[in-house]
Amino acid sequence: MKDSKAGIEEILDDVLQSYPAKSMKNRKEHILVKDRNKSELKIKANTRTIPGIITNRGCAYAGCRGVVLGPLKDVVQIVHGPIGCSYYAWGMRRHQGLAAEGGKNFINYTFSTDMQDSDVVFGGERKLKEAIKEAVEIFNPSTIMITATCPVGLIGDDINSIAKQAEEEYGITVMAFNCEGYKGVSQSAGHHIANNEIMDNLVGIKDKELDYKYPINLMGEYNIGGDAFEIERILHKIGYDVVASFSGNGTADQIKYSHEADLNLVQCHRSINYIAEMFEEKYGIPWLKVNFLGVDATIESLRNMAEYFADPELQERTEKVIAEELAQIEAPLNRYKELFTGKTAFLFVGGSRAHHYQNVFKRIGIETVVAGYEFGHRDDYEGREVIPDIEMTADDRNIPELEVTKDDKKYRLRISQAKKEELQQKMPLDYYGGMIKEMEDGSVAIDDLNHHEQIKLTEALKPDIYCSGIKDKYTSHKMGIFSKQLHSYDYSGPYAGFKGHLQFAEDIAAGILNPSWSYITPPWKEKTTLEGSFGGGE
Amino acid sequence: MKETLRQVAIYGKGGIGKSTTTQNLTSSLAEMGKEIMVVGCDPKADSTRMLLGGMDQQTVLDTLREEGQDIDLDDILKRGKDFNNIRCVESGGPEPGVGCAGRGIITSINMLETLGAYTDELDYVFYDVLGDVVCGGFAMPIREGKAQEIYIVASGELMALYAANNICKGIKRYAESGGVRLGGIICNSRQVDGELELLKSFAEKLGSQLIHFVPRDNIVQRAEINRKVVIAYDPDSEQAGEYRALAHAIDDNEKFVIPEPMEQDELEQLMMDFGILEV
Repeated sequence: MKDSKAGIEEILDDVLQSYPAKSMKNRKEHILVKDRNKSELKIKANTRTIPGIITNRGCAYAGCRGVVLGPLKDVVQIVHGPIGCSYYAWGMRRHQGLAAEGGKNFINYTFSTDMQDSDVVFGGERKLKEAIKEAVEIFNPSTIMITATCPVGLIGDDINSIAKQAEEEYGITVMAFNCEGYKGVSQSAGHHIANNEIMDNLVGIKDKELDYKYPINLMGEYNIGGDAFEIERILHKIGYDVVASFSGNGTADQIKYSHEADLNLVQCHRSINYIAEMFEEKYGIPWLKVNFLGVDATIESLRNMAEYFADPELQERTEKVIAEELAQIEAPLNRYKELFTGKTAFLFVGGSRAHHYQNVFKRIGIETVVAGYEFGHRDDYEGREVIPDIEMTADDRNIPELEVTKDDKKYRLRISQAKKEELQQKMPLDYYGGMIKEMEDGSVAIDDLNHHEQIKLTEALKPDIYCSGIKDKYTSHKMGIFSKQLHSYDYSGPYAGFKGHLQFAEDIAAGILNPSWSYITPPWKEKTTLEGSFGGGE
Repeated sequence: MKETLRQVAIYGKGGIGKSTTTQNLTSSLAEMGKEIMVVGCDPKADSTRMLLGGMDQQTVLDTLREEGQDIDLDDILKRGKDFNNIRCVESGGPEPGVGCAGRGIITSINMLETLGAYTDELDYVFYDVLGDVVCGGFAMPIREGKAQEIYIVASGELMALYAANNICKGIKRYAESGGVRLGGIICNSRQVDGELELLKSFAEKLGSQLIHFVPRDNIVQRAEINRKVVIAYDPDSEQAGEYRALAHAIDDNEKFVIPEPMEQDELEQLMMDFGILEV
């Protein structure tokens, strides 16, 4: 560490100093210093941002429409609301998708009801019905999803009954998501709303005979910059078949029969754990927490998967693929490690990426000194064991908790309870340990970071790289510190798997080693450009 | 807009007779030679029916929906029949149960302003507002720069007074930030026992006044069935005189206050004092 533990406490005190007493008390609970000797490391998360603080968070609509539903390729996604909300759902997140042969791909489009003043006054239902009709006539999709923006909830347009009517009228799947932006403290609420609807109205509505030996679902992987393409390539090479992806490069059609899988892989726990849990309850499919970001985490995940299926041949192939893939990247990756050793990173991203990218950085010699989530919950920081202790707030109660029960026809126990317990000793099966456990002593975990804290911590800790999103990227650049967006990957990717790790290292090198950072302070700020003396005598 | 323009909002419990009172009052003011515009702020769009001799008014919001952006003032503003020549506008709004009527009123009043409906000849603009101020939109007429004076139509019934008292809470809120004031209570009599005394006392408790007591008379209904205001239907009737008296009282009114709304207990006590609520 650059600073001793006492040093970091002083730095944090200084950061908090600028706040009024009440805000200071609030923010203090969202920050902690990792200390292995402490019996409890508790952090406050998923609570309202203090008004006036510039937060990086998104809204429930962003979490539902943008994150979880956005990547689904074969769905016409109609945003019911004004055009701005729709515009920002238009490819901004860099989730990619390739149509399967003969399949449809609508993700290049954004569909909007373009609500106007008079639609607010007289209700927007008629316009929505027309939009659905048009979408069916022009694009003939098998699934339509309607997402609600704030005004829709305020005026009470009944999107659910419109979806139901349209479903009957056109004989296709039409779903409505009541994900008005204000429903919750961050985009996290929108993930939950999307999860509920998908589980309730999409999963299991179609049966399909699958001739797959190792059928799996990929969950919480959104194919930013093509991550899912790379993950699927590796999985296929080993011999797995992806039944459905929730939702990167995925389709609603596959989700309809996704209950046929034998294992659910959970990449981003925060955005998809609700579905993963309900799958086990309803269909008997366990979930495995995986991480395909970073070679070490990828290898561990692949080995866990092979062990779950308990097939020596599969395990052998897994090792073979790992060796092959590693051979292609290990030498250059090690060179980057030499180049980067001693450098530090500051991560503020997501509800899982601030955790996942720590091992990516570690492998190339970069230590994470601060890590935080924008919309994580306590379990994403501290592990699922704290879930029973998480206090429900009024904001949580705004989103219904879905009760699922065993589906008698489709339920199939994948592994015995005894086997499951045995595996749980070795791997995160139905479990996620959270970010904090894997952090180094003296490093800082910080929830719902703001620009003030970003600037103060950057000044004090002088990290070599700052990883976040577009809202604070340039705050960092102005301070002369390279920033890589880990929401969108800027213009690059994939970063997942083996080759992705190398791509990431290359991008980081291009960023931090760029000589332009040394010119961030203009010469006239360092020394005068004019020289002279006062005339007129002493 | 000239400085002496008086913008008046009429509030009161639903069904109390706001529209009837407003139309009879404004036609009496017109008879006095005043130039008037009446803006109906109720989605039912029935605030100008008697002035126009029927409900053939195209509402602002319907026009906006059908014509889009290109609206002329003539499309939405009609002149009243007979002698009164009152400028009549209906804001209109959605069918019950859909959309947002409050937003409609905001849109509609803004539209009137941009179209230049507030001309210099006007002496009065009256806003006839929906009975229950359920959201911000219905308070639009009393926000900054709009209606400066408010009259509440009430009767001796508890619910009418209860509603009037609630409206005063709203007025107080806007009065403190804007310039709106309560001009008085208009009693539209329901022939309740001791009604006059009760209403006088009620108005005083609010710090205001009973500006006029309009007695109950079936001629009002007869005129209404004939789509006429009383002074057009029977100019020499006693009731026509009552409305003229109300018009004069409002025209001469100089008492504008920030009301002091009562607590529920206080209001009920008042009802008991006048023998309406039995203990």
